[in-house]
Amino acid sequence: MTAVPVETGPKSSSERGALARARLLRGLLPAMSLVLVLLAIAWLNPRAISYFGFSLMLNLAIPIALATIAQMFVIAGNELDLSIGTFVGFVGCVTATWLKDAPLVGVLILLGSIGVYALLGALIHLRNLPSIVVTLGMSFVWQGLAILILPKPGGKAPDWLLSLMAFKPPFVPFPIIAALLIAAVVHFGLMRTSYGVILRGSGGNEAALSRAGWSLLKTKVVLFALTGLFGVLSGMALIGITTSADANIGNGYTLLAIAGVILGGGEFVGGRVSPIGAVIGALTLALAASPLLTFMHIPPDWQVAANGAILIIVLAARVLISRKER
Amino acid sequence: MKKILVLSALAAMLASGAALADTSDKKIAFSNNYAGNSWRQAMLDSYAIVTKKAVADGVVAAADIFTTADKEVPTQAAQVQNLILQGYDAIVINAASPDALNGAIKQACDAGIVVVSFDGIVTEPCAYRVVVDFKDMGRQQVEQMAKFHPEGGNLLEIRGLAGTSIDDAIHAGILEGVAAHPEFKIVGSVTGDWDQTTAQKAVATILPSLPEIVGVVDQGGDGYGAAQAFAAAGKPRPTIIMGNRQDELQWWKEQKDKDGYQTWSASIAPGVSSLAFWVAQQVLDGRTDVPHDLLVPYLAFTQDTFEAALPKIPKGGVASHEYTQEDAVAAIKANIK
Repeated sequence: MTAVPVETGPKSSSERGALARARLLRGLLPAMSLVLVLLAIAWLNPRAISYFGFSLMLNLAIPIALATIAQMFVIAGNELDLSIGTFVGFVGCVTATWLKDAPLVGVLILLGSIGVYALLGALIHLRNLPSIVVTLGMSFVWQGLAILILPKPGGKAPDWLLSLMAFKPPFVPFPIIAALLIAAVVHFGLMRTSYGVILRGSGGNEAALSRAGWSLLKTKVVLFALTGLFGVLSGMALIGITTSADANIGNGYTLLAIAGVILGGGEFVGGRVSPIGAVIGALTLALAASPLLTFMHIPPDWQVAANGAILIIVLAARVLISRKER
Repeated sequence: MKKILVLSALAAMLASGAALADTSDKKIAFSNNYAGNSWRQAMLDSYAIVTKKAVADGVVAAADIFTTADKEVPTQAAQVQNLILQGYDAIVINAASPDALNGAIKQACDAGIVVVSFDGIVTEPCAYRVVVDFKDMGRQQVEQMAKFHPEGGNLLEIRGLAGTSIDDAIHAGILEGVAAHPEFKIVGSVTGDWDQTTAQKAVATILPSLPEIVGVVDQGGDGYGAAQAFAAAGKPRPTIIMGNRQDELQWWKEQKDKDGYQTWSASIAPGVSSLAFWVAQQVLDGRTDVPHDLLVPYLAFTQDTFEAALPKIPKGGVASHEYTQEDAVAAIKANIK
């Protein structure tokens, strides 16, 4: 970890002005990169910029956005969750089997898994364990459970979930409405309520928070439980789109979710996260990784590398701007 | 009366499926979810060779290849959706999951796109499936083993990538074979992920705890690694079923030259990608009688045939076969009952 500069004394007004500009730039960057990617797609394939096109291109971004929000909660508490991808896969398998055949059992399993997340938060706090180690271990547990539930791909999403994810509202494609809704709800909860400030504060300055009388155990449990909750939502949304599950379905989400949080203006330490940025970051990643790449007609040998290059370029722009701020 | 005869003859001609429509303005995309092993590389090579010629000859307008950056289902689902937006007429697909892509496949069918899956097939009824009989391949391994070891004995099984339909089918076939040959007993099972290094590590780990092994049944891409593990442990060399990889057949040849070592080798030919391409072309051509499930044979080598094939396989590659339009027509015919 690099030393975080300690802010001492009052700053001159010009310094403050530069800082505010950099903050604004940082806040706008996720949105700017999304617009850039959209422009590139519009230029490469105008057909994609339509109601049908957006529905197709963005519907798989919804589970990514939810997984990114899930990851954002643990990052707000200075932790990392390396198990979110396999957890999404586990939820997917439960959704395609128990939740359809025995809804009550399915709901209980999903609630129980959120409980497991809360317990993990408590364990990490009480034993002072590194979250990376604990969640890496849990990723194998979730993966194992997923294969146990669904040894071979299959199952079917509950009908209500299928019709929800296939919902076609007038004028605005469903994925866009869903993204706005997720961003608004989480932004209000985490940025605009007083307990949201406490939650972020647990990542910003633990010592101050505990001296002020707040329970750090409770904040950690709440953050992890919220991660579990959004992980469950992500898994369900994913199965609602794919219609059927596979034990390995969510594995890629772990790193995508971390990248989404960072792209959206979050920091690994300090409780600095942005729910709106995270959702935009997830959409940008989803668009840059797949539609943009497909439309560019890159020779197959280079496609995998090009995907990586796009991610690096987008993330590098983000890092450059936040360095200016320092 | 005569008129009716002529008409019915005409109808029969139409149904027999000669080139009806022109496919020279059709675009076919290939959606692939993984390119990281020798088999997949050979699959892409075979596909590129066949489709380049088809495009040059004006059979189709374009045949582009798209590989996803990771093996994940959601990435490939997104890719299929993008191919729909790109306006392709057909999608040939090696799918990451038999079921979990069905949502995207259905969207493609609804947009009027012909979808032909192979190797990693999709279960969505509107798609076509070019299937290799993996279950029979598993069963045949035990049949061959019974020829080499009529007295029976202990077998070690190496499984493929967990959770895939292929692993499941080969495993089921092996179990069926063992049920038919009770003189064999599977005493150990490891996961080799169709990869020599993984298989070698897995076999080396389990070997000390096993009784004497007479044979190894596996899924291809893992035989050479298994042989290395046995050699490193100083254990007697069992009969290891091979999977058409160059290193496997090369090792087999060395052993055969040394002491007449016998085994059997089988795998799905990577060139089955080119067969899937021709099936897509035939459907675009207006053929309506193509069965949605096409069973095609796997590629097997015996003690007498493998040495002739060995020089043609690139180092680190796998034995392949490029299919022609006639092969596809013949395969379709063989599957129409």
